[in-house]
Amino acid sequence: MAGAVAVLLLLDLLRRLVDGSLGPSTLLTYLWTGLVIGLIYGLAGIGLSLTYSILNFANFAHGEYVTVGAFSGFSTAYLVAGGGIATLGNLFLLRPAAGQVGVSITSAPFAVVVGLLVAVVATVVVALVLDRVVYKPMRSAEGISLLIASIGVAFVVRYLLAIVYGTQRPGVTAGTQRYFVGEALGLGRFIVDAHQLIILVAAAVLVVGVHLLLTRTKLGKSMRAMADNEDLARVTGIPTERVIRSTWVLGGGLAGAAGFLLVLSQGTIAYNIGWRLLLLIFAAVILGGIGSVYGAVLGGIIIGIVQQASAVWLSGVWSDMTLPVTFALLIVILLIRPQGIYGGVETT
Amino acid sequence: MSDETPRERFSGLRARFSQGGGTTDASLLLVTMVALWALFAAVGMYLGYDTAGVLGTVQSMTFLVAVYALAVLALNLQWGYAGLFNIGVAGFMAVGAYAVGFLSGSPDATPAGLGLPLPIGIIGAMLIAAVVGLIAAFPALRLRADYLAIATVAMSEIIRTTALARPLAPITGAGQGTRNFPANPARTLYYENPADVTSAPNAVGEAVFGVFESFGVMRTNLVVDMTYTVLLLVVVGLVYWLSRRTGNSPFGRVLKAIREDELVAESLGKDTRMFKIKIFMLGCALMGLAGALWQGLGNGSVNPTTNFLPVLTFYIFIALIIGGSGSNTGSVLGGAVFAALLFLLPTYISNIVATFNLRLPRPNSVIDAFTPLLSADPLPLVGFVVANIDSMRFIIIGVLLVWLMQNRPDGLLGHRKEVASSVDLMRRDRTRGQTAATDGGRTQGGADDE
Repeated sequence: MAGAVAVLLLLDLLRRLVDGSLGPSTLLTYLWTGLVIGLIYGLAGIGLSLTYSILNFANFAHGEYVTVGAFSGFSTAYLVAGGGIATLGNLFLLRPAAGQVGVSITSAPFAVVVGLLVAVVATVVVALVLDRVVYKPMRSAEGISLLIASIGVAFVVRYLLAIVYGTQRPGVTAGTQRYFVGEALGLGRFIVDAHQLIILVAAAVLVVGVHLLLTRTKLGKSMRAMADNEDLARVTGIPTERVIRSTWVLGGGLAGAAGFLLVLSQGTIAYNIGWRLLLLIFAAVILGGIGSVYGAVLGGIIIGIVQQASAVWLSGVWSDMTLPVTFALLIVILLIRPQGIYGGVETT
Repeated sequence: MSDETPRERFSGLRARFSQGGGTTDASLLLVTMVALWALFAAVGMYLGYDTAGVLGTVQSMTFLVAVYALAVLALNLQWGYAGLFNIGVAGFMAVGAYAVGFLSGSPDATPAGLGLPLPIGIIGAMLIAAVVGLIAAFPALRLRADYLAIATVAMSEIIRTTALARPLAPITGAGQGTRNFPANPARTLYYENPADVTSAPNAVGEAVFGVFESFGVMRTNLVVDMTYTVLLLVVVGLVYWLSRRTGNSPFGRVLKAIREDELVAESLGKDTRMFKIKIFMLGCALMGLAGALWQGLGNGSVNPTTNFLPVLTFYIFIALIIGGSGSNTGSVLGGAVFAALLFLLPTYISNIVATFNLRLPRPNSVIDAFTPLLSADPLPLVGFVVANIDSMRFIIIGVLLVWLMQNRPDGLLGHRKEVASSVDLMRRDRTRGQTAATDGGRTQGGADDE
């Protein structure tokens, strides 16, 4: 059934391309922006997927790790790029206008790179502290208890950020270089901006790095062994506590990077950006198959493209239905392929 | 051992609760409610309200307690009895609220309703919520518990964002929300033409309003609200009775067996999936009822940008966890404690603080709040906390949730779970039973070997 719908939609897409009601540049724009936003979902999803398979619980605070990365990274970028414009305190709190400070990869590349690094480090620290305080005392608890505790963690982190940074949604990036690639290829106006390229590069480097880590190193093997069977891993002499910490380092770091890149691409920041992303990240992880790195990335890209390309059919007032349709996709995946694209062990 | 005696006494107390001794439970509920009424009346009097104001404070607290109790009882049927982890409660409540507006709202207002009689609207709302619950549960019930969690939270966001979508504006009012709800039953009792705001009271209304006027309460709206709240308490009683009957029936014992060990229940020839679907639909119907009576008839206005956010689901969960999941009395108690003390009381704090005449400074950032601490001036920090009381409330709730999960996973009020059998298995050798339970709780393999 779902397959038939997909085929019908694809045929309709071709028809629209042929009869000219959908320009190739529009479609390319959808695919490109979908790919970029999907990579961010994927990056965040890797961490969620790892903690899900290794620690055996759905971490509802994962979105908050994304938010922590976004704020810590941009506070740093503001401090680096905006020296002298305002007091350090106001820069840290992202108070000066975005245009004044001018954080963008073209005008302040150093600030962006330092911001990304700090986003990763700060989120890792937060993830480790939270693990020590919250999750370590309840290692033996069931998944549902951990899930509920993670909802509590999500509340605490989100509203601490709200108290520090406020609940408004300021713009924090300056405009950046845009490249009109479509015209040269004869496909009409198709814009790629420098921030999207940075996201593409950063995401590719991080994904390949994580893949190599998981497949080539002893740590990676230990993590996969633990995901399969924790007790068996422990009797084989794998230091499970250390592996759990490494999982949080990896997952937290990637979530932090995803948060920083998300704000870099969308331009605005708010205390609830990660929370709003959480369900989409879950959708990406379940679609890809829990525990699979490539699955999370692929799932993220599919969710991102579906979200953007749905505009072909959901135009005008119907664009309001994009989010419901994306979430409905999540339920459909659970219905027809609960183990995901790469997975195969999670159903009972 | 020295700590044996209080512990023994405590577990004796627990045993009495879990047995569900009617008088103990009823008196516990009554004592709690009387204490809460006294507390809120005291808050109202301290703030210098007149009689009507104090009554209003107590009424709004009781209303919130009643609607929370309804929602928590519904969730307890699913999670407490059958172990189904539904975190889409807000969505099912939204379905109930919108459905009662659509079915029984006035056909002349926008968004237009069908104008059906109120009982049909409420029953219809419950049926629609049950069907939506079926759609959400059908794919997820055969999977791991946390998949059901993700599917239901997705469902609740589908419902909320669909209600926000402009193409559905003729039914939901989209971003504007809807105010087209039928007149609440208390108005029908007191007014000749309940739908009309300017209507004259009927004979019953004249009499009741007269009684209140003799006590100096001139606000007829307050009398209507109080009556509606009393009606809600009756509904809570009915739902409590229904849950209790369900829990004690053979059907309920199978549910508890599923919660404890689904494989065993299945081996005994029970079609566990059918049982789960049925109880899930019943729970969703009751959540729909809660939504219809709370946001629908009670508040009379619904807006998907502020109502039915996922956070509402977590409030209801926290209330259930406080009370101890698996117990109906615990559900009502948890609802009361959460709604009154954690949710409503903090909103009075800034008013109470204002009476101290501290002239609290209002620092506009966390840095301005903390730096004066270096010169031993705590007032800016206090002012900052009071100004951010909404966010503080969420943080306190989060900390409480983590603390409960770490220290009291069975709920603040102790272990109140009803056992799956009709006789009390724990009674004969409690000490041995307890050691076995702690070991059993520690095994990790539960998820793998199902």
